[in-house]
Amino acid sequence: MSALALNGLESTREFFRRDQVWPFLAPEQAQVNVGNQMILYVEDLNLSFDGFKALNNLNLYINDGELRCLIGANGAGKTTLMDVITGKTQCDSGTVYFGQNHNLLNKDEAEIAQLGIGRKFQKPTVFEEQTVFDNLELSLKTDKRVLPTLFSRLTPTQIDRIDDVLKTIGLAKHRFMLAGALSHGQKQWLEIGMLLAADPRLLLIDEPVAGMTAQETERTAELLTSLAGERTVIVVEHDMEFVRSIARTVTVLHQGSVLAEGTMDQIQSNKDVIEVYLGEEAAGEEIA
Amino acid sequence: MTRLMKYFSEGRTSGKHTLPFVVILLGVTILASAANLFLPADSALYVSTYTITLLGKYLCYAMLALAVDIIWGYCGILSLGHGAFFALGGYAMGMYLMRQIGDRGVYGNPLLPDFMVFLDWKELPWFWLGMDQFWFAMLMAVLVPGVLAFVFGWLAFRSRVTGVYLSIMTQALTYALLLAFFRNEMGFGGNNGLTDFKEILGFNLQADSTRVALFLITAILLAVIFVVSQKILSSRLGKVVLAIRDSESRSRFIGYRTDRYKVWLFVYSAVIAGIAGALYVPQVGIINPGEFSPINSIEMVIWVAVGGRGTLIGAVIGALLVNYAKTRFTAIMPDAWLFALGAMFVLVTLYLPKGLMGLYGQLKAKRNTVMNKEPQA
Repeated sequence: MSALALNGLESTREFFRRDQVWPFLAPEQAQVNVGNQMILYVEDLNLSFDGFKALNNLNLYINDGELRCLIGANGAGKTTLMDVITGKTQCDSGTVYFGQNHNLLNKDEAEIAQLGIGRKFQKPTVFEEQTVFDNLELSLKTDKRVLPTLFSRLTPTQIDRIDDVLKTIGLAKHRFMLAGALSHGQKQWLEIGMLLAADPRLLLIDEPVAGMTAQETERTAELLTSLAGERTVIVVEHDMEFVRSIARTVTVLHQGSVLAEGTMDQIQSNKDVIEVYLGEEAAGEEIA
Repeated sequence: MTRLMKYFSEGRTSGKHTLPFVVILLGVTILASAANLFLPADSALYVSTYTITLLGKYLCYAMLALAVDIIWGYCGILSLGHGAFFALGGYAMGMYLMRQIGDRGVYGNPLLPDFMVFLDWKELPWFWLGMDQFWFAMLMAVLVPGVLAFVFGWLAFRSRVTGVYLSIMTQALTYALLLAFFRNEMGFGGNNGLTDFKEILGFNLQADSTRVALFLITAILLAVIFVVSQKILSSRLGKVVLAIRDSESRSRFIGYRTDRYKVWLFVYSAVIAGIAGALYVPQVGIINPGEFSPINSIEMVIWVAVGGRGTLIGAVIGALLVNYAKTRFTAIMPDAWLFALGAMFVLVTLYLPKGLMGLYGQLKAKRNTVMNKEPQA
């Protein structure tokens, strides 16, 4: 028998495997299956832009309810990783699963957001021409198809939810202010508030304290730590002071793959990390 | 408490112009109609039928401006091809009116319009079938622009074509249709288009009463579309549309399928343009491929820019003012009109980015601050 026929037989067998159903026949499961205590599985992720390997065999597992910090030099792949998880960028190969049952790679941004993955960008992006209240209303967890949106009314529960979020992010006084008129720090907070209003399972937060005052940074740290447990939070941040204040587990990315993982202390004493990321300065500190 | 505040804030921002607008529009329409029908022609207050038709034409343009504003002002999609939807609506109405001529045409053929007889065609092309039924023609007037907008929008927005590329594509769309409709083989009267209409639903198109009725219907439909659009845009869908305009990727990341919103808004807008076209044709008495010309579509954008995009009332005011100016100007210096139009666009873009409504808002804000300061002084 020729190799080709054999190959065909193999793939036919694979197609008709009896221990699994075809994806289009499987029931749509809205619930995220977090058996094994894991909420996010990223395996063997590869992505290159014109030969530059932005992600290189990246493996990352996030526990349900964890607060994880991602650190790494510029170009280490932190933001690219978030882009792949949220569906903004297509990866070359690898798998990304949300819980055990949601393959994120074949979903678009909107679908991923509806599953309960919220994302905050590096540069705060809010709807500047609309009020703070409207910004939060838009982010509520609701039916986001066209017709239901046209006929939707704010329910008292939703208004309470928005009020809660407004209190949490400290913008209760500014609810009817245009979002464009807020200060930079307040916009960052509003954006975090928009994530909260959506009631997400997993939050991806890119540089939350960039451009914040020391006081605002402190409050952000408090907020993020209070979120963990109930929700899972992944924070990308350059500010090491901030990372130290919130982090339980830190993952260091370097050239598109994971270099080290552990508590802040473990990371700081890890030789590889000192070499490539914390650099001479930190090595000096360690000795001193 | 919160809901109460919310209610007032909503009332303040969106719906405040709706009631005055509808009252003024319908009031003026009824007064002008009455002055035409019931006053003697030598009375000082008599409104000529020419004026009535002119006003009706302006209202069709206002409706068209509304359509452009809904997608450009609110959703940030700059369509330079809305003339295509307007003209398609117009052609649907024109085909109905052509079939109503019957055997009163020059060649007296009971079935075929004159231009088909002239081209020596023996039978009616398939797409002319059913167009002798008013309801069917009107269905086509909204369906054809709607379906075209759906197909175009679905392809463009799903592939995430935005900005200037999309504008160029819409321009190409209307230009392609212009070229197609110019051809005699298309079966739409070629260069001359459709004209020499006799009657609509059995009423003589030249009669004053028919003219007034058409004018009234246009005004009522404009009011209805205005109110419905205002409702749609002040619902949560309207907020999503604004959100897409200001940050499309953010809207995607909070879970909205922005392409679908854009497609449906585009279809809605195209349907309004089609209705405007269908009302326009019986009033001006002709539809020809010139309506597809890209310049027309650009003019519509200028109406909206002058009036103030992002406000429905601004679009209407802009369309009325610019067209009034056009009527006056082309009577005095026909050749200079395009220069005047261009100059107007440049000036508005430079000095009044929010158009006349923006100017009005600024003046009002200034007056308010002055008034607030006075008691303290």
